[in-house]
Amino acid sequence: MKKLHKKIYVAAGYYTVSFGSGRKEFNPRKPMPAFETYLAETAKGTLSQVKNPDAFDEGVIANFMAGRFIKQGNLAGFLPNMVPCLKHKPCIRVEGACGSGGLGLATGIKAVLAEQAESVFVAGFEVQNTVKAVYGADILAGAGYHGGERKAGHAFFFPGVFSDRAGAYYQKHGAELARRGMAKWFEIAITNARKNKRAQEFHNAEKDLFALGMMPPNPKAFVEHLNFFDCSKVSDGAASLVIASEEGLARLGVSEHDAVEVAGFASAEGNITEKPYDLTDLDTTAAAGQRALQMAGLRHGDIGTLELHDCFTITGLLALESLGFADRGTAAQFVLDGHTATDGKLPTNSSGGLVGYGHPTGASGVRQLVDLQLQLTGKAENQAPIKKDHGLMISMGGNDRTVTCVIVKRA
Amino acid sequence: MRIVVEHGSQKVYFSRYMKEITTMVLNEALKNVTVLGAAGKMGSGISLLLLQEMARLELEQTGRLGSGGFVLNLVDTNETALGELRRYLRKQLVKYAEKNIVMLRIYTKDNPALVDNSDVIESFVNDSQDLLRTNTDPLSAKSSKLVFEAIIEDLDVKLGVYNNLNRVCPPDTMYFTNTSSIPISEIDSKAGLGGRIIGYHFYNPPAVQKLVELISSAGTTTDIKNISMELGKRLKKTIVPSNDKAGFIGNGHFLRDVLYSFDLVSELQKRFAPHEAVYCVNKITQDFMVRPMGIFQLHDYVGVDVCRHILAIMKTYLGNPGFENETINAMYKNKIIGGQFADGSQKDGFLKYEKNKPVGVYSLQENRYILFSEGDWTRKCDDHLGALPKSYTPWKALLGDKKKADKLGIYFKELFSSDAAGCVHARKYLECSRSIARELVKDGVANRIEDVNQVLENGFFHVYGPENTYF
Repeated sequence: MKKLHKKIYVAAGYYTVSFGSGRKEFNPRKPMPAFETYLAETAKGTLSQVKNPDAFDEGVIANFMAGRFIKQGNLAGFLPNMVPCLKHKPCIRVEGACGSGGLGLATGIKAVLAEQAESVFVAGFEVQNTVKAVYGADILAGAGYHGGERKAGHAFFFPGVFSDRAGAYYQKHGAELARRGMAKWFEIAITNARKNKRAQEFHNAEKDLFALGMMPPNPKAFVEHLNFFDCSKVSDGAASLVIASEEGLARLGVSEHDAVEVAGFASAEGNITEKPYDLTDLDTTAAAGQRALQMAGLRHGDIGTLELHDCFTITGLLALESLGFADRGTAAQFVLDGHTATDGKLPTNSSGGLVGYGHPTGASGVRQLVDLQLQLTGKAENQAPIKKDHGLMISMGGNDRTVTCVIVKRA
Repeated sequence: MRIVVEHGSQKVYFSRYMKEITTMVLNEALKNVTVLGAAGKMGSGISLLLLQEMARLELEQTGRLGSGGFVLNLVDTNETALGELRRYLRKQLVKYAEKNIVMLRIYTKDNPALVDNSDVIESFVNDSQDLLRTNTDPLSAKSSKLVFEAIIEDLDVKLGVYNNLNRVCPPDTMYFTNTSSIPISEIDSKAGLGGRIIGYHFYNPPAVQKLVELISSAGTTTDIKNISMELGKRLKKTIVPSNDKAGFIGNGHFLRDVLYSFDLVSELQKRFAPHEAVYCVNKITQDFMVRPMGIFQLHDYVGVDVCRHILAIMKTYLGNPGFENETINAMYKNKIIGGQFADGSQKDGFLKYEKNKPVGVYSLQENRYILFSEGDWTRKCDDHLGALPKSYTPWKALLGDKKKADKLGIYFKELFSSDAAGCVHARKYLECSRSIARELVKDGVANRIEDVNQVLENGFFHVYGPENTYF
């Protein structure tokens, strides 16, 4: 595994509100903000942290299904509208389902490593509330193998996919403990989201979150092994940041103290046409995590905070185990013991994660790195104590198919 | 039957066997159904419920729709309205399919053409149209095993239809009348239906309201009773039995409630103008009594003409001359009859409406609506009624409130200890409502007081029944 041959920084992170059910201002019967609004807001948020906004060399925009949700393609064309200096410069749109944001980060990092750019503006967005959930499920099912598995799949395709994973996990490691661990994951996610004004669950005032998380799944109305609280919601939102070399950072006029440094990264792809060999393992996530740690020359104990792709609570548990932060079958207890809470030994998803903040699919990976930047620079709304210098994120697309892991450290 | 009684295990077996038979008979009968008066307010909702169930059944049995084996015959004299009915059904079926996508995907799992949810929904909605036939001639029901009748509440008109149907329909056809007041035994005996008719009284709107009042007469066959219960379950309705006395439970309570409202209006007219008294009584019955709408708004919703007609039926069959009201007759004479426009919005009646909200009261004396915004007469009324009890929570907020019972308990305690005129009138009104409920049981209209509560809560959306522990 090659080490990074130059310093790469992440800075000027920003993300919008994750808009959708749960937010007080959300009313499906009223007109909602257009996608351009999110793009404009996140660009403004990032550019406001940069002294010289004309110094960008390239732009990357990550998105999953704008072609279907908002009937808009050629998304790279929006980058010069967001960042005017990108006009006539290289811009690219990347797509890797819900892992699009992670791919966007990897693309930006590679552009700097390849010395084609000193600074890259990376954004991600998704607007999903344009259609009802029942049709949104069709669109999101595109992250699976449509010809091979959609027909036999559940109406709510991905909840069905991860319900199967949850079922396998229950069978292997015991349903009761797993369900309690998942309920605790939900409780922590919402507790964290309540401290993040931009989180979709910021207004959640439910008193007994754990009891809600323990609600028995209802296969007739939904899926067999998950309840609604195990799922991230339908969300609209955008996120953006800067990826830059030392020179690029200087040109933009951003202090290293406001940035974090990329210690390692890796992308990994699974075969979308194949079924998972083991439903209780996220092997692509494991591969990406392992390579990123190798590149960074780090061990698990060096990581002080995590940003995991908890599209479902079970995915959070599986990721902890597959990445090696918890032994097989122990993630539920690990969570129940409070280790992933903000004051725990491995604060995870401190801004709410996908369950608490929300999951505007194409934006999620970018938003996760923004949160790591905020945590490690001590600027997060729900700041965890900084006990270690490194943070690790996993951005995942489909059923553990398109995965990017990025490890950053305090600059 | 004796063996069944003497041997417990065989009794269970027999009951299960009977249930299976009922299911089979209903499934077979649902292959050809007619709705008479299908394009009307009630008929359209009944048609929707039946179409949903028939399409579901066909899918369950065959995995496809449009096999030709299922027919829903929609009959209405208004041809234009039948076109509108088709559009309404289509729109509602989309919602039904979206809501039931999990079930529909299971039913269509062997159809390789239906992959996405959108495919399944579109196919369900389009193919369901193949079940529909529209007709203006009631005799088109001649092949139907189940006939739902939701035509005008007029015995002679109904008898004309039933007499004709009885000539052309199969001898085992079952008839479900949506009458809300006419005794079933009257229709049965005069049309010679041999007990194959039952009162199947949906509440408005039928697709939303949970309640079906089931009215059997002495001659009603066991078969149709069993089918009615089974169908009620399929349509996810709460079935409440009522005995065959004009008005049944629902209108039995409602129209007596209406008559009391006029007594209260008369009492208030001692110090208020008539339109002011109507305003007060409407406010007492809605706000002070925590009901979904005031009695005059409900009166308009049902229709002044409909209420008048039902009163006349109750007067005839119950032999009680009290079931008549001069004000209602005067309103009817002035052609101010409420009801709804085709788009569902409220027509003016006792009250004038803007965006379905009352904005004025009709004055028979001045032959015009006096708007709430004219002068300060409503303030005078409000001042007289006084403030609502402090713990007041509006009906809508209470509807889904888990602490509804606690809140109502506190509210009524305050209401019953207040001297405010609004509270005093509300108290009398509530006591009257309770007396009506008890009388319905005493007179053998309802079997139990709980049935009256069920009707008021499920059919009228009240958040408490007239018989309760709050007061």
